[in-house]
Amino acid sequence: MNVDAMNAPQEVVLSVEGLRVYFRNEEEVARAVDGVDFEVRRGETVCLVGESGCGKTVSALALLGLLPRPPGEIAGGRVRFCGDDLLDRDEEALQVVRGRRIGMVFQEPLTSLNPVFTIGEQIAEPLRVHLELPESQIRQRCLQLLHDVGIDSPEQRLAAYPHQLSGGQRQRAMIAMALACGPELIIADEPTTALDVTVQAQILSLMNRLQHAHDMSVLYITHDLGVVSQIADRVYVMYAGVIVETGAAQPVLRNPRHPYTRALLDSLPNRRKRGRRLYSIPGSVPHPAYKPAGCPFHPRCPRAIDACREHFPGMCVFDDGQVARCPVAAGRKLTDWCRS
Amino acid sequence: MLAFIGRSVIQKIVTLFFVSVVSFAIIHIAPGEPSQVDPLNPKFTPEMVERFRQAFHLDRPLYVQYAFFYRDLLTGNTVSWKDNQPVLHKIGERFFNSLPLFIVGTLITWTVSFPVGIRSAIFRGGAYDRSATLLSYVLISIPGFFFAYMLIIFVVGQFQVPVIGMQTFGMTDTPWFFRLNDRLWHMLLPSMLGATGGIAVLSRYVRSQMLEVENQDYVRTARAKGLPWEMVHYKHALRNALLPFVTMFGLILPGLIGGSVIIESIFSWPGLGRMAYEAILARDYPVILTINFIAAVLVLIGTFVSDILYVIVDPRIRL
Repeated sequence: MNVDAMNAPQEVVLSVEGLRVYFRNEEEVARAVDGVDFEVRRGETVCLVGESGCGKTVSALALLGLLPRPPGEIAGGRVRFCGDDLLDRDEEALQVVRGRRIGMVFQEPLTSLNPVFTIGEQIAEPLRVHLELPESQIRQRCLQLLHDVGIDSPEQRLAAYPHQLSGGQRQRAMIAMALACGPELIIADEPTTALDVTVQAQILSLMNRLQHAHDMSVLYITHDLGVVSQIADRVYVMYAGVIVETGAAQPVLRNPRHPYTRALLDSLPNRRKRGRRLYSIPGSVPHPAYKPAGCPFHPRCPRAIDACREHFPGMCVFDDGQVARCPVAAGRKLTDWCRS
Repeated sequence: MLAFIGRSVIQKIVTLFFVSVVSFAIIHIAPGEPSQVDPLNPKFTPEMVERFRQAFHLDRPLYVQYAFFYRDLLTGNTVSWKDNQPVLHKIGERFFNSLPLFIVGTLITWTVSFPVGIRSAIFRGGAYDRSATLLSYVLISIPGFFFAYMLIIFVVGQFQVPVIGMQTFGMTDTPWFFRLNDRLWHMLLPSMLGATGGIAVLSRYVRSQMLEVENQDYVRTARAKGLPWEMVHYKHALRNALLPFVTMFGLILPGLIGGSVIIESIFSWPGLGRMAYEAILARDYPVILTINFIAAVLVLIGTFVSDILYVIVDPRIRL
């Protein structure tokens, strides 16, 4: 559905404009998210991809007001969810959105589930708080949810504690929790990173199935381009707190325009590279308090030119709709920017 | 479960045996002995000392003394060397004097520390947290005896009520509510003082425990589910923060027999702590060792109770 869905006009469920999240302490200001724009439309799966520490998770937490404040602070930007501004809302007004209209699935299901309450209790909570269902219906609904996420013998699992389930079952329970109130959007923060590969595939196909069954949008945060190629309609590549490339998933993966996206793809192992030394990007992600001037990627970029040290280019739109923050790859003013 | 109980009872009996050996050895190896308590007393002739030593088996080897002592203890026949009274009877009498102080003190400590610590953690860095922190450091830093005298001066000067001892002398013939009132006034200061140090320390501990839990992923999950504030903190966080205190609950049991030497001395409270202290000065071995033995038994029972409680409150633990 990827390309077709792209062309059809769709309602924007979530739009983020110029989001900035800073972490302040006495000595320094870490600009973890430094002006990020993205949007999620109804029914689509959008991937936010990037290395650890590039600000993916912080962006997601900031949307729902889940950042620890202090030290975190939202320094600017707008987050609109179905037309309402989320950043303006106080804690109580956000509670109506969290769990009810936006469900969240976290990375580490063992630590994200409360160890002293049963799975049933934890799934029932949002139903009780948001939908105010009578107890008899809550139990029915919990059983149905566990069945939907593919947990067998749900009757027994309802009374189980998180430590009594396997990693995959725990993540299924987390998903059931996020789904409980029928949200319009699911934010999944690396939901398969802590799981082994076969379980990862099951969880991905489960999320895909549920998304179509419930007509939900999914914002999927990951560092794994393999996952992106399996599930994403559109992708946003993030580096050092900014979006560096975006577009429909397949074109971006097949023909990346930004050198960072290219480097990420080159560091994936595949059959063609068998026997050869695997590429790795030299250096590491800059500390968010000490970003280099100009393009933040230039110290690690194989195609960097002198101008990259001073200017951070804006988004360059390509004729196929792909967008990247690198004129070098865009073929514009090539002689100014790049000698090759 | 049954296997665990059986195993732990056997382990604890073995431990108790070693405790009895070590405590017996320490008391006897310590310099001085009961017969030499007052060598300058002219009434204490060498013959008397010798007779005393023989009467209490002090001339026999240590292991024989050990056997004699624990035979007497287990059959309930130990007598104090000072006044020849049965030790268990003496302890029992003092125990019921110390008990109200202990119960009231512990209740105050736990009922104050928890709300204070929890609130400090939830509103960390705020005015409430900072003043609670300051107050607890003040309370930890003030020496108990000094604080006690300040309070005595204040209460006696302000309310004109006697606070020394367990009751006012000569009140035995007055109606019961006067006696009750008198008793309560006497109990007020010592139990409050016993609690202040405990509140200062325990509320800090509750705060740090709660803070640690507040940073856990599952608290974030609870917020992400859109649960109201009270449920996030008082259900998801608190329930986990309370787990370690279950262990502490078992460990306060030995406090039953310890009492507080300083507070009981200041208020002339005829409690167990003071009796133990006086017995040590008088080298009254049977009293010291009996109290020690009972304390050891209570510690072991306390840890056992903690283990069982832990299974009840933490579903992850299976025996």
